Amino acid sequence: MRSLSDSFNARFTLGQYLICLWGIVWREGLRFLHQRERFISALVRPLVWLFIFAAGFRQVLGISIIPPYETYILYEVYITPGLMAMIQLFNGMQSSLSMVYDREMGNMRTLLISPFPRWFLLGSKLFSGVVVSILQVYAYLLIAYFWEIEPPSLLGYLTVLPALALSGLMLGALGMVLSSLIKQLENFAGVMNFVIFPMFFASSALYPLWRVKESSPWLYYVCAVNPFTHAVELIRFSLYLKTDWTALIAVLGYTSLFLIAAILAYDPARGARLRNSA
Amino acid sequence: MTAAQEQPPALEIANLSHAYGARTALENVNLCVTPGKFTVLLGLNGAGKTTLMSLVTRLYAVQSGAIKIFGFDIMRQPMFALRRLGVVFQARTLDLELSLLQNLTYHAALHGIGASKAKSLSEEALARVNLLARKDDKARTLSGGLMRQVEIIRALMHGPALLLLDEPTVGLDIQARAQILAQLRERVSNDGLSVLWTTHLIDEISSEDDIIILHQGKVLAKGRCDRIIQEYHVQTIGEAFAKITASSKESLSL
Repeated sequence: MRSLSDSFNARFTLGQYLICLWGIVWREGLRFLHQRERFISALVRPLVWLFIFAAGFRQVLGISIIPPYETYILYEVYITPGLMAMIQLFNGMQSSLSMVYDREMGNMRTLLISPFPRWFLLGSKLFSGVVVSILQVYAYLLIAYFWEIEPPSLLGYLTVLPALALSGLMLGALGMVLSSLIKQLENFAGVMNFVIFPMFFASSALYPLWRVKESSPWLYYVCAVNPFTHAVELIRFSLYLKTDWTALIAVLGYTSLFLIAAILAYDPARGARLRNSA
Repeated sequence: MTAAQEQPPALEIANLSHAYGARTALENVNLCVTPGKFTVLLGLNGAGKTTLMSLVTRLYAVQSGAIKIFGFDIMRQPMFALRRLGVVFQARTLDLELSLLQNLTYHAALHGIGASKAKSLSEEALARVNLLARKDDKARTLSGGLMRQVEIIRALMHGPALLLLDEPTVGLDIQARAQILAQLRERVSNDGLSVLWTTHLIDEISSEDDIIILHQGKVLAKGRCDRIIQEYHVQTIGEAFAKITASSKESLSL
Protein backbone atom coordinates (compact mmCIF):
# COMPACT_ATOMS: atom_id res chain seq x y z
CA MET A 1 0.00 0.00 0.00
CA ARG A 2 2.92 2.31 0.71
CA SER A 3 4.08 2.12 -2.88
CA LEU A 4 1.00 4.01 -4.02
CA SER A 5 1.98 7.12 -2.11
CA ASP A 6 5.28 7.32 -3.97
CA SER A 7 3.38 8.51 -7.05
CA PHE A 8 1.44 11.19 -5.16
CA ASN A 9 3.63 13.99 -6.44
CA ALA A 10 3.09 13.08 -10.09
CA ARG A 11 0.12 14.24 -12.16
CA PHE A 12 -2.37 11.63 -13.30
CA THR A 13 -1.60 9.99 -16.64
CA LEU A 14 -4.08 9.76 -19.50
CA GLY A 15 -4.45 6.07 -18.66
CA GLN A 16 -5.50 6.96 -15.11
CA TYR A 17 -8.08 9.42 -16.43
CA LEU A 18 -9.50 6.61 -18.55
CA ILE A 19 -9.54 4.23 -15.57
CA CYS A 20 -11.53 6.82 -13.64
CA LEU A 21 -13.98 7.44 -16.50
CA TRP A 22 -14.45 3.70 -16.99
CA GLY A 23 -15.03 3.23 -13.25
CA ILE A 24 -17.78 5.86 -13.22
CA VAL A 25 -19.51 4.47 -16.31
CA TRP A 26 -19.22 0.90 -15.01
CA ARG A 27 -20.82 1.81 -11.70
CA GLU A 28 -23.69 3.63 -13.42
CA GLY A 29 -24.22 0.57 -15.62
CA LEU A 30 -24.32 -1.74 -12.59
CA ARG A 31 -26.81 0.54 -10.83
CA PHE A 32 -28.92 0.64 -13.95
CA LEU A 33 -29.07 -3.16 -14.04
CA HIS A 34 -30.28 -3.14 -10.45
CA GLN A 35 -33.01 -0.56 -11.05
CA ARG A 36 -35.41 -2.48 -13.24
CA GLU A 37 -38.38 -0.25 -12.38
CA ARG A 38 -36.54 2.79 -13.66
CA PHE A 39 -35.70 0.98 -16.85
CA ILE A 40 -39.23 -0.25 -17.43
CA SER A 41 -40.83 3.13 -16.79
CA ALA A 42 -38.29 4.77 -19.09
CA LEU A 43 -39.36 2.33 -21.77
CA VAL A 44 -43.11 2.41 -21.19
CA ARG A 45 -43.37 6.19 -21.68
CA PRO A 46 -42.21 6.33 -25.33
CA LEU A 47 -44.04 3.09 -26.11
CA VAL A 48 -47.33 4.58 -24.93
CA TRP A 49 -46.71 7.50 -27.26
CA LEU A 50 -45.82 5.17 -30.09
CA PHE A 51 -48.58 2.61 -29.75
CA ILE A 52 -51.42 4.83 -28.57
CA PHE A 53 -50.80 8.46 -29.45
CA ALA A 54 -49.16 7.86 -32.82
CA ALA A 55 -51.68 5.21 -33.83
CA GLY A 56 -54.52 7.59 -33.02
CA PHE A 57 -52.97 10.59 -34.70
CA ARG A 58 -51.95 8.74 -37.82
CA GLN A 59 -55.20 9.73 -39.55
CA VAL A 60 -55.22 13.31 -38.33
CA LEU A 61 -51.78 14.43 -39.35
CA GLY A 62 -50.68 14.00 -42.94
CA ILE A 63 -46.92 14.08 -43.32
CA SER A 64 -45.61 15.16 -46.69
CA ILE A 65 -42.31 13.91 -48.03
CA ILE A 66 -39.62 15.96 -46.31
CA PRO A 67 -35.92 15.14 -45.89
CA PRO A 68 -34.51 12.77 -44.79
CA TYR A 69 -37.55 10.75 -45.89
CA GLU A 70 -37.85 9.83 -49.56
CA THR A 71 -41.26 8.23 -49.48
CA TYR A 72 -44.49 8.73 -47.60
CA ILE A 73 -43.99 7.50 -44.07
CA LEU A 74 -46.23 6.44 -41.24
CA TYR A 75 -46.68 8.90 -38.39
CA GLU A 76 -45.07 6.30 -36.08
CA VAL A 77 -41.94 6.51 -38.18
CA TYR A 78 -42.00 10.30 -38.00
CA ILE A 79 -42.21 10.54 -34.22
CA THR A 80 -39.70 7.78 -33.43
CA PRO A 81 -36.63 10.13 -33.39
CA GLY A 82 -38.59 12.51 -31.16
CA LEU A 83 -39.39 9.69 -28.76
CA MET A 84 -35.75 8.57 -28.74
CA ALA A 85 -34.77 12.11 -27.76
CA MET A 86 -37.56 12.12 -25.18
CA ILE A 87 -36.03 9.08 -23.48
CA GLN A 88 -32.77 11.00 -23.27
CA LEU A 89 -34.51 14.16 -22.07
CA PHE A 90 -36.20 12.34 -19.18
CA ASN A 91 -33.05 10.45 -18.33
CA GLY A 92 -30.89 13.56 -18.47
CA MET A 93 -33.23 15.59 -16.28
CA GLN A 94 -33.64 12.79 -13.76
CA SER A 95 -29.95 12.10 -13.29
CA SER A 96 -29.00 15.78 -13.26
CA LEU A 97 -31.59 16.55 -10.65
CA SER A 98 -30.23 13.82 -8.41
CA MET A 99 -26.69 15.14 -8.91
CA VAL A 100 -27.63 18.61 -7.77
CA TYR A 101 -30.02 17.76 -4.95
CA ASP A 102 -29.63 15.30 -2.14
CA ARG A 103 -30.98 12.10 -3.52
CA GLU A 104 -27.58 11.00 -4.63
CA MET A 105 -25.62 13.21 -2.28
CA GLY A 106 -23.75 10.34 -0.64
CA ASN A 107 -22.60 9.06 -3.99
CA MET A 108 -21.77 12.54 -5.24
CA ARG A 109 -19.61 13.03 -2.15
CA THR A 110 -17.71 9.82 -2.82
CA LEU A 111 -17.26 11.00 -6.40
CA LEU A 112 -16.20 14.55 -5.63
CA ILE A 113 -13.47 13.66 -3.12
CA SER A 114 -11.66 11.93 -5.95
CA PRO A 115 -8.47 13.87 -6.71
CA PHE A 116 -9.31 14.17 -10.40
CA PRO A 117 -10.34 17.66 -11.55
CA ARG A 118 -13.96 18.47 -10.83
CA TRP A 119 -14.80 19.25 -14.46
CA PHE A 120 -13.59 15.78 -15.38
CA LEU A 121 -15.60 14.08 -12.62
CA LEU A 122 -18.81 15.92 -13.49
CA GLY A 123 -18.24 15.36 -17.21
CA SER A 124 -17.67 11.64 -16.62
CA LYS A 125 -20.78 11.44 -14.46
CA LEU A 126 -22.83 13.11 -17.19
CA PHE A 127 -21.32 10.79 -19.75
CA SER A 128 -22.22 7.74 -17.66
CA GLY A 129 -25.85 8.95 -17.66
CA VAL A 130 -25.65 9.26 -21.44
CA VAL A 131 -24.47 5.65 -21.74
CA VAL A 132 -27.49 4.52 -19.72
CA SER A 133 -29.85 6.64 -21.84
CA ILE A 134 -28.39 5.10 -25.00
CA LEU A 135 -29.07 1.61 -23.65
CA GLN A 136 -32.68 2.66 -23.05
CA VAL A 137 -32.96 4.09 -26.56
CA TYR A 138 -31.72 0.86 -28.14
CA ALA A 139 -34.17 -1.16 -26.06
CA TYR A 140 -36.92 1.10 -27.42
CA LEU A 141 -35.62 0.69 -30.99
CA LEU A 142 -35.63 -3.06 -30.58
CA ILE A 143 -39.31 -3.07 -29.62
CA ALA A 144 -40.10 -0.59 -32.42
CA TYR A 145 -38.31 -2.90 -34.86
CA PHE A 146 -40.81 -5.64 -34.13
CA TRP A 147 -43.55 -3.06 -34.83
CA GLU A 148 -41.91 -2.66 -38.22
CA ILE A 149 -40.56 0.77 -37.45
CA GLU A 150 -36.99 0.60 -38.65
CA PRO A 151 -34.43 2.70 -40.51
CA PRO A 152 -34.03 1.98 -44.23
CA SER A 153 -30.71 0.29 -43.58
CA LEU A 154 -29.52 -1.63 -40.51
CA LEU A 155 -26.47 0.61 -40.64
CA GLY A 156 -28.75 3.38 -39.36
CA TYR A 157 -28.62 1.77 -35.92
CA LEU A 158 -24.87 2.38 -35.92
CA THR A 159 -24.80 5.87 -37.44
CA VAL A 160 -27.32 7.11 -34.90
CA LEU A 161 -24.95 6.26 -32.04
CA PRO A 162 -22.74 9.39 -32.20
CA ALA A 163 -25.88 11.53 -32.57
CA LEU A 164 -27.32 9.94 -29.43
CA ALA A 165 -24.08 10.48 -27.51
CA LEU A 166 -24.08 14.15 -28.41
CA SER A 167 -27.77 14.79 -27.77
CA GLY A 168 -27.61 12.87 -24.48
CA LEU A 169 -24.69 14.97 -23.32
CA MET A 170 -26.46 18.17 -24.34
CA LEU A 171 -29.67 17.28 -22.47
CA GLY A 172 -27.83 16.02 -19.37
CA ALA A 173 -25.74 19.19 -19.20
CA LEU A 174 -28.84 21.32 -19.73
CA GLY A 175 -30.52 19.49 -16.87
CA MET A 176 -27.58 20.27 -14.62
CA VAL A 177 -27.54 23.94 -15.53
CA LEU A 178 -31.26 24.31 -14.93
CA SER A 179 -31.37 22.41 -11.66
CA SER A 180 -28.31 24.33 -10.40
CA LEU A 181 -29.72 27.73 -11.23
CA ILE A 182 -33.48 27.49 -10.74
CA LYS A 183 -34.68 26.82 -7.24
CA GLN A 184 -38.19 25.83 -8.35
CA LEU A 185 -36.78 22.82 -10.15
CA GLU A 186 -35.96 20.89 -7.01
CA ASN A 187 -38.62 18.26 -7.67
CA PHE A 188 -39.46 16.34 -10.76
CA ALA A 189 -42.96 17.82 -11.14
CA GLY A 190 -41.39 21.24 -11.64
CA VAL A 191 -39.05 19.83 -14.25
CA MET A 192 -41.95 18.17 -16.09
CA ASN A 193 -44.00 21.38 -16.24
CA PHE A 194 -41.31 23.92 -16.91
CA VAL A 195 -38.74 21.98 -18.90
CA ILE A 196 -39.80 18.65 -20.34
CA PHE A 197 -43.28 19.51 -21.66
CA PRO A 198 -42.38 22.89 -23.22
CA MET A 199 -39.22 21.51 -24.78
CA PHE A 200 -40.94 18.43 -26.13
CA PHE A 201 -44.04 20.15 -27.54
CA ALA A 202 -42.26 23.20 -28.94
CA SER A 203 -40.03 21.07 -31.12
CA SER A 204 -40.11 19.00 -34.28
CA ALA A 205 -40.66 15.81 -32.28
CA LEU A 206 -44.39 15.49 -32.96
CA TYR A 207 -44.91 17.60 -36.10
CA PRO A 208 -42.64 18.98 -38.82
CA LEU A 209 -41.74 22.63 -38.39
CA TRP A 210 -43.30 23.73 -41.69
CA ARG A 211 -46.66 22.75 -40.25
CA VAL A 212 -45.98 24.80 -37.13
CA LYS A 213 -45.00 27.75 -39.31
CA GLU A 214 -48.35 27.60 -41.12
CA SER A 215 -50.31 27.99 -37.94
CA SER A 216 -48.05 30.22 -35.83
CA PRO A 217 -44.89 31.96 -37.06
CA TRP A 218 -43.69 32.95 -33.58
CA LEU A 219 -44.06 29.40 -32.31
CA TYR A 220 -42.03 28.34 -35.32
CA TYR A 221 -39.16 30.58 -34.19
CA VAL A 222 -39.37 29.18 -30.67
CA CYS A 223 -39.17 25.66 -32.11
CA ALA A 224 -36.31 26.62 -34.40
CA VAL A 225 -34.05 27.74 -31.52
CA ASN A 226 -35.16 24.99 -29.14
CA PRO A 227 -32.11 22.75 -28.53
CA PHE A 228 -34.43 19.76 -28.38
CA THR A 229 -35.55 20.32 -32.00
CA HIS A 230 -31.94 20.08 -33.11
CA ALA A 231 -31.35 16.95 -31.07
CA VAL A 232 -34.42 15.35 -32.69
CA GLU A 233 -33.36 16.34 -36.22
CA LEU A 234 -29.79 15.18 -35.65
CA ILE A 235 -31.12 11.78 -34.57
CA ARG A 236 -33.71 11.69 -37.41
CA PHE A 237 -31.14 12.31 -40.15
CA SER A 238 -28.45 10.04 -38.72
CA LEU A 239 -30.92 7.15 -38.56
CA TYR A 240 -31.23 7.61 -42.34
CA LEU A 241 -27.44 7.76 -42.81
CA LYS A 242 -27.59 11.49 -43.45
CA THR A 243 -26.31 14.57 -41.67
CA ASP A 244 -28.38 17.65 -40.89
CA TRP A 245 -25.54 20.17 -40.65
CA THR A 246 -27.61 22.89 -39.01
CA ALA A 247 -28.71 20.47 -36.32
CA LEU A 248 -25.18 19.14 -35.85
CA ILE A 249 -23.67 22.58 -35.44
CA ALA A 250 -26.49 23.69 -33.16
CA VAL A 251 -26.18 20.60 -30.96
CA LEU A 252 -22.39 20.93 -30.78
CA GLY A 253 -22.73 24.60 -29.84
CA TYR A 254 -25.44 24.02 -27.24
CA THR A 255 -23.54 21.05 -25.78
CA SER A 256 -20.35 23.03 -25.20
CA LEU A 257 -22.30 25.97 -23.83
CA PHE A 258 -24.35 23.83 -21.41
CA LEU A 259 -21.33 21.76 -20.33
CA ILE A 260 -19.31 24.83 -19.40
CA ALA A 261 -22.27 26.44 -17.66
CA ALA A 262 -23.09 23.17 -15.83
CA ILE A 263 -19.58 22.83 -14.42
CA LEU A 264 -19.43 26.49 -13.41
CA ALA A 265 -22.88 26.47 -11.83
CA TYR A 266 -22.54 23.18 -9.96
CA ASP A 267 -22.33 23.84 -6.26
CA PRO A 268 -22.75 21.06 -3.70
CA ALA A 269 -23.27 23.68 -0.98
CA ARG A 270 -26.62 24.48 -2.61
CA GLY A 271 -28.47 21.61 -0.93
CA ALA A 272 -27.04 22.64 2.44
CA ARG A 273 -28.05 26.27 1.89
CA LEU A 274 -31.60 25.24 1.05
CA ARG A 275 -31.83 23.07 4.16
CA ASN A 276 -30.47 25.88 6.29
CA SER A 277 -32.86 28.44 4.93
CA ALA A 278 -35.85 26.10 5.18
CA MET B 1 11.46 12.91 3.75
CA THR B 2 14.55 13.12 5.92
CA ALA B 3 14.42 13.86 9.61
CA ALA B 4 16.23 17.14 9.03
CA GLN B 5 13.38 18.50 6.93
CA GLU B 6 10.41 19.65 8.87
CA GLN B 7 7.27 17.77 7.87
CA PRO B 8 4.29 20.02 7.19
CA PRO B 9 1.17 19.38 9.31
CA ALA B 10 -1.12 16.64 8.03
CA LEU B 11 -3.88 19.24 8.06
CA GLU B 12 -3.47 22.96 8.56
CA ILE B 13 -6.45 25.28 8.68
CA ALA B 14 -5.81 29.02 8.84
CA ASN B 15 -8.34 31.81 9.41
CA LEU B 16 -11.18 29.77 7.96
CA SER B 17 -14.64 31.36 7.96
CA HIS B 18 -17.79 30.14 6.26
CA ALA B 19 -21.36 31.43 6.08
CA TYR B 20 -24.62 30.11 4.64
CA GLY B 21 -26.18 33.36 3.54
CA ALA B 22 -26.50 35.45 6.69
CA ARG B 23 -25.85 32.56 9.07
CA THR B 24 -22.22 32.12 10.10
CA ALA B 25 -21.20 28.46 10.37
CA LEU B 26 -17.46 28.87 11.01
CA GLU B 27 -15.65 31.92 12.34
CA ASN B 28 -11.91 32.36 11.98
CA VAL B 29 -11.02 28.72 12.62
CA ASN B 30 -7.32 27.87 13.07
CA LEU B 31 -6.14 24.33 13.75
CA CYS B 32 -3.50 21.73 12.95
CA VAL B 33 -3.39 17.95 12.82
CA THR B 34 0.09 16.63 13.62
CA PRO B 35 1.30 13.79 11.38
CA GLY B 36 0.97 10.40 13.06
CA LYS B 37 -1.44 11.63 15.73
CA PHE B 38 -5.01 10.78 16.60
CA THR B 39 -6.77 14.14 16.79
CA VAL B 40 -10.33 14.56 18.00
CA LEU B 41 -12.56 17.39 16.84
CA LEU B 42 -15.08 17.68 19.65
CA GLY B 43 -18.27 19.64 19.32
CA LEU B 44 -22.01 19.47 19.80
CA ASN B 45 -24.40 18.97 16.91
CA GLY B 46 -24.51 22.21 14.98
CA ALA B 47 -21.03 23.32 16.12
CA GLY B 48 -19.88 23.48 12.50
CA LYS B 49 -18.11 20.11 12.29
CA THR B 50 -19.85 18.95 9.12
CA THR B 51 -19.30 22.32 7.42
CA LEU B 52 -15.62 22.05 8.32
CA MET B 53 -15.48 18.53 6.86
CA SER B 54 -17.22 19.68 3.68
CA LEU B 55 -14.64 22.42 3.24
CA VAL B 56 -11.65 20.17 3.91
CA THR B 57 -12.93 17.66 1.36
CA ARG B 58 -13.33 20.44 -1.26
CA LEU B 59 -17.05 19.73 -1.43
CA TYR B 60 -17.76 23.40 -0.69
CA ALA B 61 -15.56 26.18 -2.00
CA VAL B 62 -13.50 27.96 0.65
CA GLN B 63 -14.98 31.45 1.19
CA SER B 64 -12.14 32.86 3.26
CA GLY B 65 -9.03 31.39 4.84
CA ALA B 66 -6.88 28.45 3.74
CA ILE B 67 -6.81 24.67 4.13
CA LYS B 68 -3.63 22.70 3.49
CA ILE B 69 -3.13 18.95 3.49
CA PHE B 70 0.55 18.08 3.98
CA GLY B 71 1.36 21.55 2.68
CA PHE B 72 -0.88 21.37 -0.41
CA ASP B 73 -3.63 23.97 -0.61
CA ILE B 74 -7.03 22.33 -1.16
CA MET B 75 -8.23 25.03 -3.55
CA ARG B 76 -4.98 25.65 -5.45
CA GLN B 77 -3.59 22.11 -5.68
CA PRO B 78 -6.61 19.90 -5.06
CA MET B 79 -5.13 16.93 -6.94
CA PHE B 80 -2.10 16.69 -4.68
CA ALA B 81 -4.06 17.51 -1.54
CA LEU B 82 -6.91 15.03 -2.12
CA ARG B 83 -4.59 12.14 -3.00
CA ARG B 84 -3.21 12.33 0.51
CA LEU B 85 -6.66 12.33 2.07
CA GLY B 86 -9.09 9.55 2.94
CA VAL B 87 -12.62 10.43 4.08
CA VAL B 88 -15.41 8.65 5.92
CA PHE B 89 -18.59 10.71 5.81
CA GLN B 90 -21.24 10.77 8.49
CA ALA B 91 -23.91 9.55 6.07
CA ARG B 92 -23.55 6.05 4.66
CA THR B 93 -21.98 6.25 1.23
CA LEU B 94 -21.64 2.61 0.18
CA ASP B 95 -23.67 1.57 -2.84
CA LEU B 96 -26.08 -0.83 -1.19
CA GLU B 97 -26.89 -2.74 -4.38
CA LEU B 98 -23.24 -3.30 -5.26
CA SER B 99 -21.01 -5.98 -3.77
CA LEU B 100 -18.23 -5.10 -1.34
CA LEU B 101 -15.63 -5.78 -4.01
CA GLN B 102 -17.49 -3.59 -6.52
CA ASN B 103 -17.72 -0.76 -4.00
CA LEU B 104 -13.99 -0.92 -3.34
CA THR B 105 -12.86 -1.22 -6.95
CA TYR B 106 -15.08 1.76 -7.85
CA HIS B 107 -13.26 3.81 -5.23
CA ALA B 108 -9.93 2.61 -6.62
CA ALA B 109 -10.94 3.71 -10.12
CA LEU B 110 -11.76 7.17 -8.74
CA HIS B 111 -8.11 7.31 -7.70
CA GLY B 112 -6.81 6.10 -11.06
CA ILE B 113 -5.97 2.59 -9.83
CA GLY B 114 -6.45 -0.03 -12.56
CA ALA B 115 -8.59 -3.15 -12.29
CA SER B 116 -6.06 -5.82 -11.32
CA LYS B 117 -4.26 -3.65 -8.77
CA ALA B 118 -7.65 -2.53 -7.45
CA LYS B 119 -8.76 -6.13 -6.98
CA SER B 120 -5.65 -7.13 -5.03
CA LEU B 121 -5.83 -3.98 -2.88
CA SER B 122 -9.53 -4.58 -2.19
CA GLU B 123 -9.00 -8.18 -1.18
CA GLU B 124 -6.09 -7.23 1.02
CA ALA B 125 -8.21 -4.54 2.70
CA LEU B 126 -11.20 -6.87 3.16
CA ALA B 127 -8.94 -9.52 4.66
CA ARG B 128 -7.77 -6.99 7.25
CA VAL B 129 -11.29 -6.72 8.64
CA ASN B 130 -12.10 -10.43 8.13
CA LEU B 131 -14.62 -9.76 5.35
CA LEU B 132 -12.80 -11.41 2.46
CA ALA B 133 -15.22 -14.33 2.45
CA ARG B 134 -18.10 -11.89 1.95
CA LYS B 135 -16.52 -9.90 -0.86
CA ASP B 136 -19.30 -10.78 -3.31
CA ASP B 137 -22.12 -10.02 -0.88
CA LYS B 138 -24.12 -6.88 -1.46
CA ALA B 139 -23.29 -4.00 0.88
CA ARG B 140 -26.97 -4.08 1.90
CA THR B 141 -26.42 -7.35 3.77
CA LEU B 142 -23.88 -5.86 6.20
CA SER B 143 -24.66 -4.58 9.70
CA GLY B 144 -24.13 -0.87 10.41
CA GLY B 145 -20.83 -1.55 12.17
CA LEU B 146 -19.47 -3.67 9.32
CA MET B 147 -20.55 -1.08 6.76
CA ARG B 148 -18.54 1.51 8.65
CA GLN B 149 -15.53 -0.78 8.70
CA VAL B 150 -15.78 -1.21 4.93
CA GLU B 151 -16.06 2.56 4.50
CA ILE B 152 -12.89 2.98 6.53
CA ILE B 153 -10.86 0.43 4.60
CA ARG B 154 -12.22 1.97 1.41
CA ALA B 155 -11.06 5.43 2.49
CA LEU B 156 -7.59 4.01 3.17
CA MET B 157 -7.27 1.98 -0.02
CA HIS B 158 -5.36 4.53 -2.05
CA GLY B 159 -2.80 4.89 0.74
CA PRO B 160 -3.61 8.37 2.15
CA ALA B 161 -1.57 9.61 5.11
CA LEU B 162 -4.48 11.56 6.58
CA LEU B 163 -7.88 10.06 7.39
CA LEU B 164 -10.89 12.25 8.17
CA LEU B 165 -13.91 10.74 9.88
CA ASP B 166 -17.11 12.73 10.40
CA GLU B 167 -18.95 11.26 13.42
CA PRO B 168 -18.21 7.72 12.26
CA THR B 169 -19.76 5.98 15.27
CA VAL B 170 -23.20 7.60 15.17
CA GLY B 171 -25.84 4.90 15.32
CA LEU B 172 -23.44 2.06 16.13
CA ASP B 173 -23.61 -0.18 19.19
CA ILE B 174 -20.97 -0.04 21.92
CA GLN B 175 -19.09 -3.08 20.66
CA ALA B 176 -18.86 -1.85 17.08
CA ARG B 177 -17.75 1.58 18.25
CA ALA B 178 -14.99 0.14 20.42
CA GLN B 179 -13.80 -2.15 17.64
CA ILE B 180 -13.59 0.64 15.05
CA LEU B 181 -11.76 2.94 17.45
CA ALA B 182 -9.28 0.20 18.41
CA GLN B 183 -8.56 -0.66 14.77
CA LEU B 184 -7.92 2.96 13.88
CA ARG B 185 -5.73 3.65 16.89
CA GLU B 186 -3.68 0.62 15.92
CA ARG B 187 -3.15 2.08 12.45
CA VAL B 188 -2.09 5.38 13.97
CA SER B 189 0.53 3.75 16.19
CA ASN B 190 1.71 1.08 13.74
CA ASP B 191 1.50 2.79 10.35
CA GLY B 192 1.94 6.41 11.33
CA LEU B 193 -1.48 7.34 9.97
CA SER B 194 -2.82 10.79 10.92
CA VAL B 195 -6.47 10.82 11.93
CA LEU B 196 -8.97 13.62 12.45
CA TRP B 197 -11.91 12.08 14.27
CA THR B 198 -15.02 14.21 14.62
CA THR B 199 -17.38 13.41 17.45
CA HIS B 200 -19.70 14.71 20.14
CA LEU B 201 -19.09 11.65 22.32
CA ILE B 202 -16.40 12.28 24.92
CA ASP B 203 -15.99 8.64 25.90
CA GLU B 204 -14.22 8.10 22.57
CA ILE B 205 -11.32 10.29 23.69
CA SER B 206 -8.11 8.95 25.16
CA SER B 207 -5.83 11.09 27.36
CA GLU B 208 -2.99 11.23 24.82
CA ASP B 209 -5.21 12.43 21.98
CA ASP B 210 -4.98 15.93 20.60
CA ILE B 211 -8.30 17.69 21.12
CA ILE B 212 -9.88 20.58 19.27
CA ILE B 213 -13.04 21.95 20.81
CA LEU B 214 -15.34 23.55 18.26
CA HIS B 215 -18.34 25.43 19.59
CA GLN B 216 -20.79 27.59 17.65
CA GLY B 217 -18.36 27.85 14.75
CA LYS B 218 -15.33 28.84 16.82
CA VAL B 219 -12.34 26.91 18.14
CA LEU B 220 -12.46 27.45 21.92
CA ALA B 221 -9.59 25.19 22.96
CA LYS B 222 -6.96 22.90 21.49
CA GLY B 223 -4.14 20.77 22.82
CA ARG B 224 -3.41 17.38 24.30
CA CYS B 225 -6.35 16.02 26.24
CA ASP B 226 -4.50 15.63 29.57
CA ARG B 227 -3.07 19.13 29.29
CA ILE B 228 -6.48 20.69 28.67
CA ILE B 229 -7.78 18.87 31.76
CA GLN B 230 -4.86 20.26 33.79
CA GLU B 231 -5.22 23.75 32.43
CA TYR B 232 -8.87 24.01 33.38
CA HIS B 233 -8.32 22.33 36.78
CA VAL B 234 -10.90 19.60 36.21
CA GLN B 235 -10.92 15.79 36.40
CA THR B 236 -12.23 14.77 32.99
CA ILE B 237 -12.40 16.13 29.46
CA GLY B 238 -16.19 16.18 29.82
CA GLU B 239 -15.89 18.64 32.70
CA ALA B 240 -13.35 20.67 30.75
CA PHE B 241 -15.72 20.81 27.80
CA ALA B 242 -18.58 21.94 30.03
CA LYS B 243 -16.42 24.65 31.57
CA ILE B 244 -15.09 25.86 28.22
CA THR B 245 -18.50 26.04 26.64
CA ALA B 246 -20.19 27.29 29.83
CA SER B 247 -21.88 30.17 28.09
CA SER B 248 -24.01 27.66 26.20
CA LYS B 249 -27.03 26.01 27.78
CA GLU B 250 -26.67 22.87 25.72
CA SER B 251 -25.27 19.79 27.42
CA LEU B 252 -22.84 17.22 26.13
CA SER B 253 -24.15 13.75 25.52
CA LEU B 254 -22.17 11.09 27.27
